[in-house]
Formats: sequence, structure tokens, C-alpha cells
Amino acid sequence: MRFKNVFSIIGPAMIGPSSSHTAGAVRIGRFARQLLGEMPGEAKICFYGSFAETFKGHGTDLAVVGGILDYPTDDERIRHSLQNAEDMGVELQFSTGVAPGAHPNTVKIVLSAGEKRSEVIGASIGGGTIMIRNIDGFEAKCSGELPTLVIAHADRQGVLAGITALFSRENVNIGFIITDRKGRTAEALTMVEADSAIPENLIKAISALPHVSRISSIHLT
Amino acid sequence: MRFRNLQELIEVCNKESKTISQIMLEDQAEESGQSVAEITAVMAEYYQIMKTAVHKGLTEEITSTSGLTGGDAKRVEEYRRSGQPSAGDIACQAMAYALAVSEVNASMGRIVATPTAGSCGIIPGVFVSAQERFGWDDDHLVRGLFSAGAIGYVIANNSFISGAEGGCQAEIGSAIGMAAGAMVELRGGTPEQAVHAVGLALKNTLGLICDPVGGLVEIPCIVRNGFGAVNALAAADMALAGVRSAIPSDEVIDVMLEVGTAMPSRHRETAQGGLAQTPTGRKIMKELRARKK
Repeated sequence: MRFKNVFSIIGPAMIGPSSSHTAGAVRIGRFARQLLGEMPGEAKICFYGSFAETFKGHGTDLAVVGGILDYPTDDERIRHSLQNAEDMGVELQFSTGVAPGAHPNTVKIVLSAGEKRSEVIGASIGGGTIMIRNIDGFEAKCSGELPTLVIAHADRQGVLAGITALFSRENVNIGFIITDRKGRTAEALTMVEADSAIPENLIKAISALPHVSRISSIHLT
Repeated sequence: MRFRNLQELIEVCNKESKTISQIMLEDQAEESGQSVAEITAVMAEYYQIMKTAVHKGLTEEITSTSGLTGGDAKRVEEYRRSGQPSAGDIACQAMAYALAVSEVNASMGRIVATPTAGSCGIIPGVFVSAQERFGWDDDHLVRGLFSAGAIGYVIANNSFISGAEGGCQAEIGSAIGMAAGAMVELRGGTPEQAVHAVGLALKNTLGLICDPVGGLVEIPCIVRNGFGAVNALAAADMALAGVRSAIPSDEVIDVMLEVGTAMPSRHRETAQGGLAQTPTGRKIMKELRARKK
């Protein structure tokens, strides 16, 4: 089921004019921002498909940047997000590209803050619902509707067992989990969607596990 | 959720002697782990946003960010109040309210996607005008939103609700079906009648392309919301009168998927066909581009 609950149909509360091109774009931008974990100094945004054709008219550029500034979908500051980003010293770069086979409303966002960098490819699939397809070059599948942890780690035996054991210890149920790796024993990325809020001590415990290099906590409202 | 299609939804309702909105509310609580009270509070807030948008669109000077549209809701409302609308007072009111919310949307105002922003006028148009007419309290309309949501949930998972994927039938069509089915329940109809209203409504928008001029959610999206509210009332009335959708509503949803999948990309929100590529549509797009530079 692509749409999992009633509020993906009735909702979100949002600033117009388009749930796919505005609200969904805010959410993908916000996902990228929360993945980076801080205000970026630079944001590169590339639109594909229908996004590339019509992003100006729908304010998709305002929306993605609003998300990068961590605004929720119904935040009236979205209208002024380009100016707000400039005032905060965020360097913006927009482009369009062609991605055969991709969903018609797809955007790639690359954020950086100093040495830190995060990359997200996401699609806005209708009614403001999004699907994150790729995180930092790893395959992903995530709507951002549930509290989410994105964990970068080395592909070693026992890492996943360590992560799931800690979730269990904190009584947080895992709704969905996906792991992708660059190759055997190479870099890997695990994304976990939880049924309830992910407490700070659980995040700390996971980041202290051996072979875990980076962790981001994402929750879009 | 205990239902994947509308037939299963009817079966669950009948088995438990409950309305569609009750089933949706219970299943949403189960799915999200939140209480019925918490979920209802979110929906109640959404309904207030809808009412505020109706009021704003009818009373304030609204101009879209492009400057292309605005003021039609007020025009229709004034016409309704001063004369004898051809469609009758009730239909004309629902139409004016739907236009109002769509115009607020086009001006980058605050709305609720139902199921999308492009189709955000239809449910508030039908609901807010019906509330005034029948004197229902807000709680009744909030329940109606859960009923609309259940119908939309089935459509979205078996077909689509975005113009980019399935054309305007997926947005305006879905919203009309949702509003029609919910209206049947709000007026005391059975779950079967509500589901027939969905099928009747969807059949009337099959094949509708998404061809926004300049790619903006304005022309023809705003007027299609006005028409949509009227058609939702018509579908609800047919179903309440006992008209059945001869092709079961779930099969009509499958047709929407078939037709939308076959629709060329130029008719799916890319502004490369349909009204967007008429001589006037192209002229408007050219002017918009020139202004941006």
C-alpha cells in the first residue's frame, strides 16, 4: 500500500498551490535537511520530469528551500523561503535534469555544511505523500511519515542485530527496515522506520555501536 | 486497515453495523497507535482550516501569485445572492465555496489537500455549504472527513490521486467521488449507497486530462473545483435516490488506473498538451516566462 493512512488522503494542511509540487517538495527538502542534521551552507537542487517542467509556476523551488530551512508544509514563511535562505547565508543552486524511468515528480537535493554532506533523491507521489528513493547513493524506500533513523555503518556481521536489539530494549517497534551496501564489507546504510517516537538515548546507544559512523533522526510532521 | 477496496469496506461496515467513518477512525487509531481523540482533534483542525479558507476566498480580494486568476468565487457568490442561479441556490453555493478555497490555494494561502491541493476546493465546497443548509455541528462534518478519507484511501492505493500520474481524473475525479460518498453518509445513507455514489461520480470524470496552463494550478483547475462540487452533490443525490453504479465502483477505480496509465505524458500535468498548448495557453505561458526574467 503506497498510502498508509487517512491523513495521507485528507491532509496535509499546507500552503498552496500543489500538494505534489509544493507540500511534497517541502517534505523532501525537510528530509534532506534533517538527514544533514544542521543548517547547510550550500544546497544543490536538481528537478526531474514534471518538476523540471513546472517548478517555477508551482513554487516548487520555494517549497524545497522551505523544507531545507526545516519549515512544516503549512508554514507561511515558505512564500519567502528563497530570501530567507539568502539572509541565512545558504547558497542555492538550481538545475534540471533527465532521469528516464523515474517518477514524474522527482528531485535530487545535495546539502553540505563544512565537511558534512547529504544527498537525497525523492519523489512526490501525490497528495503531499513522498517516497525517498536514494540516500547518499544507497537505495532507500521511505515516506518520512514515521519517525525514521538513517544509520551509516560498515557492512559487518552483527551490526543489524545490534541495532534491532537496542530498539527492542527501548520498546520501540520497527515498522520497516531496509539495508543497502556498496559491496561486501564495504559501506552500508540502514534505514529504520519506527512506530513511535525514537528516544534520544536509543539514538546515542546506536551511534556508540561498533562500525556505526553516522546517524540521522528524521521526523516530518 | 481492514479494507483494501470498497467492497471490503462495505463488508466490514455491515458486519459490525458501523458507518464508513467509524471504521476509518478505528483503523486509523490501530494503524497509528494514537487514540481516537487525538486523531479526531487533527481532523477537527483540518476542518477549521477549510472553513477559514472558504471565508477568506469569499470575503477578501484574492489574486493568484501569477496574477492570472482570482475573484471568481466572489463573482459567483454575489450572483447567487442577487439572482436566480440556473443550477439552483444550493448547487451554486457549493460551487462558490469550492472556487473560494481553490483561489486561496492558488494565492499560496493555507488549505488542506483533499486529496490534493489541485482538488482542495471540492470537499470544503460541499461540506461547508451543506453544514449551513442542514445546521450540522462541526463534529458531524469531521466524521464526514473520515468517510471521505476512507474512500480516497481505496482510490489512492488501487489507482492514483495525482495529476502527474493519472491526469485530472485522479485529482478532481477522486475528490468528487470522496465528497459524494461522504455526503451520502452525512445524510444518513447506507455504506452501499455511499459506495455507489463513488462509482457514479468517478464514471463522469474518467479520461479527464491534467493540462494546466503554464503548469499552474489555476486554469482550468479552479473552475473544475467549482464543477466538481456540483457533480458531487448530483452523485450523492442519485445514490440516495437509489441509483446504483451498474459497473461496481471498485471496477470503475480499475478503469481509472487503466486510462491514466495509457494517458500520454503531455496530458499528465506537464503543461505540454491540452489547454496549456492552445494558442492562448501558449501566449500566457510566454508572458509568464518573460515576466520571470
